[in-house]
Amino acid sequence: MSPGTREPSLSAAATWSAPDPVNQPMIRHFVEAVGDENPVYVDAGAARSAGLPGVVAPPAMLQAWVMRGLKATQELERARAGGRGRAGTAPASAQDEVLARLDAEGFTSVVATNCEQEYFRPLVLGDHLSASSRVESVSDEKKTALGPGRFVTTLTEMFDQAGELVAVMRFRLLKFRPAAPSATTAATSAGATAGAATAGAATAGAAAAGAPARASREDLGAGMRPGPVLTRDNAFFFEGARLGKLLVQRCSSCGTLRHPPAPSCAACRSLEWDAVESCGRGVVYSFAVVHHPQVAGFEYPLVVALVELEEGTRLVADLEGVAPADVRIGMAVEVGFAPLSPEIALPVFRPSAPSRK
Amino acid sequence: MSFHGPAFAGTTAIAGIGATEFSKDSGRSELRLAVEAVGAALDDAGIAPSEVDGLVTFSADTNPEIEVARSLGMGELTFFSRIHYGGGAACATILQAAMAVASGVASVVVCYRAFNERSGHRFGTGVQSGFAAPTAENAQFSWYAPFGLLTPAAWVAMFARRYMHMTGATGEDFGRVAVADRRHAATNPAAWFYRRPITLADHQESRFIVEPLRLLDCCQESDGAQALVVTSLEMARDLRHSPAVVRAAAQGSGAGQHMMTSYYSGDLLRLAEMEVVARQLWGSAGIGPADVQTAVLYDHFTPFVLYQLEELGFCPPGEAKDFVRDGNIELGGALPVNTHGGQLGEAYIHGMNGIAEAVRQVRGSAVNQVPDVEHVLVTAGTGVPTSGLVLGVDR
Ligand SMILES: [Zn+2]
Repeated sequence: MSPGTREPSLSAAATWSAPDPVNQPMIRHFVEAVGDENPVYVDAGAARSAGLPGVVAPPAMLQAWVMRGLKATQELERARAGGRGRAGTAPASAQDEVLARLDAEGFTSVVATNCEQEYFRPLVLGDHLSASSRVESVSDEKKTALGPGRFVTTLTEMFDQAGELVAVMRFRLLKFRPAAPSATTAATSAGATAGAATAGAATAGAAAAGAPARASREDLGAGMRPGPVLTRDNAFFFEGARLGKLLVQRCSSCGTLRHPPAPSCAACRSLEWDAVESCGRGVVYSFAVVHHPQVAGFEYPLVVALVELEEGTRLVADLEGVAPADVRIGMAVEVGFAPLSPEIALPVFRPSAPSRK
Repeated sequence: MSFHGPAFAGTTAIAGIGATEFSKDSGRSELRLAVEAVGAALDDAGIAPSEVDGLVTFSADTNPEIEVARSLGMGELTFFSRIHYGGGAACATILQAAMAVASGVASVVVCYRAFNERSGHRFGTGVQSGFAAPTAENAQFSWYAPFGLLTPAAWVAMFARRYMHMTGATGEDFGRVAVADRRHAATNPAAWFYRRPITLADHQESRFIVEPLRLLDCCQESDGAQALVVTSLEMARDLRHSPAVVRAAAQGSGAGQHMMTSYYSGDLLRLAEMEVVARQLWGSAGIGPADVQTAVLYDHFTPFVLYQLEELGFCPPGEAKDFVRDGNIELGGALPVNTHGGQLGEAYIHGMNGIAEAVRQVRGSAVNQVPDVEHVLVTAGTGVPTSGLVLGVDR
């Protein structure tokens, strides 16, 4: 993905102060909830033994300190309901304006893709943060399996009471036009709501970054999926998917195709390999319709297919654009791609258009 | 004997069995469960802990041999081994214990498996690959977890759908396995589902977990432990119970084997790993399917019981649906299967409780005793590198 087009007119920043200073009670609730038993978060002596000035806040709490709180969020919601950007109400964030513009362009659906944080010093008890958030970039239109869309990156800078920059956070989401009204995408479903509910930290993050509450309820599905475990043997597949290519590993010596990838060719033992791009067409060899357990990031019932490609190899991927009851073994399908993060995409199949049959 | 099988076949035996209660919340540590079960198995055999010199468990077990040994007052150990691939390890614990005994490496080996699989870490909640270390084993989840194929039920469902498509088996045929298991559990006081049989209609009304699998196609999640004592046949003859002779034991991994996802070659209608096991079992025991009076077939999910009936030769390929339709797998049928209730009805102790049931059938002490038992077949986890066992009466 390109870094995106910077639009100076988008960079007006929203700024606000954290409602509370960094404090021990909130830290204790947080570490107990996540099961982090590191004593430097609760015990000054242990923290000093570790070379720290005193008790520090867990880095993962960063967003929690600058969350506006329920009351302010509700006021913001009411302001939005009453008309975007109306004077005299709580100020709409810079991101609100951008998202409204993308809505107007037809990119009405939203899915969070990832969040990066960078810390410049540990936060200690008594630090009182302020935050400044702006839209850093909006990408050109990209083709994704969810539909055409644009990636929006919001930059939030956090300062301490002395005005020193202590951390930055980049929150990225995809605004897209759903491919079809009946499309079964994780992003627009009620099912994803349950997923987001379990993704508390990420939801809170969206709010802290100034994302509209609407986005934090609807999205975060795809962002929360379990990602692949990348190794030197398999990373090429997911990198290929990010570039819109369904790759199949090929032995450089004898040409045998293999999937899942392996370091050597079982036919000739060669360690040399490259990858060929599949035509992306195949048939459903078998499929499963998952109902339980329901995990954040997926819409249920979820159709997962074992697809036999025209090249002869098989792979597992989600099957979209068809109701579970209408899936058939032998059905012709073709590949598209859905972003999991800016670095990773996944193949996703849909029934082939009738003209392709 | 006239067959040239492995040295342990016909010369080793299971001399003791012991278990905890099977529950949904044991209220005790996994180690304590292991200690209780191992102690009970030694008491059943009439062997003192100080006589034990070998321990075998699963690599999935959390209870190290040395913790079990210290807790029970065992002395020196000369053999210890842990077997991988989840429930596929069950019968392999007996195989490796028997090999150790037959080769003289050890004389009394206890095999055990103990877990709080319901109240502690539940397998059914699925893998979380995103946080896993980049090992080759974890990397394999990359082909399933990001797509939402997260649980054993989901991995088996992919096979089951293809099997239905190709053989004409129906969801009701899978349900008949559950009905048989629950019928047998209903008269087994040790079973979680004691006195709670189900009908085929109950099965058909249970919710889908991963289509085509319904809730009642899936084994329980249980807390509990099971242990078994392996000695030479000669030693076992002097102990409290009549020996359950190890007539055959085998491990197997198929060509193109994956962990529950051998989707990439073949037709998804066979369990290649069980074919490897079956060939060895029949070969070294010198018997065939007709010589087995009852079987304990690993039943984490009902469809793979049908696959196993075919793979082990109890019926031709594609005909297990007819075999189960005729009631053959229930008490009184041609091959009563899982007379303790199986892992759907008794408890999910990773297949080890099924081996204990086979021992009881050989001893003639099972609650649902099959008449005139000479040989009992036992299998371990399917879809993974697995194992199997033929136990027989001492003649
Ligand atoms: Zn080759």
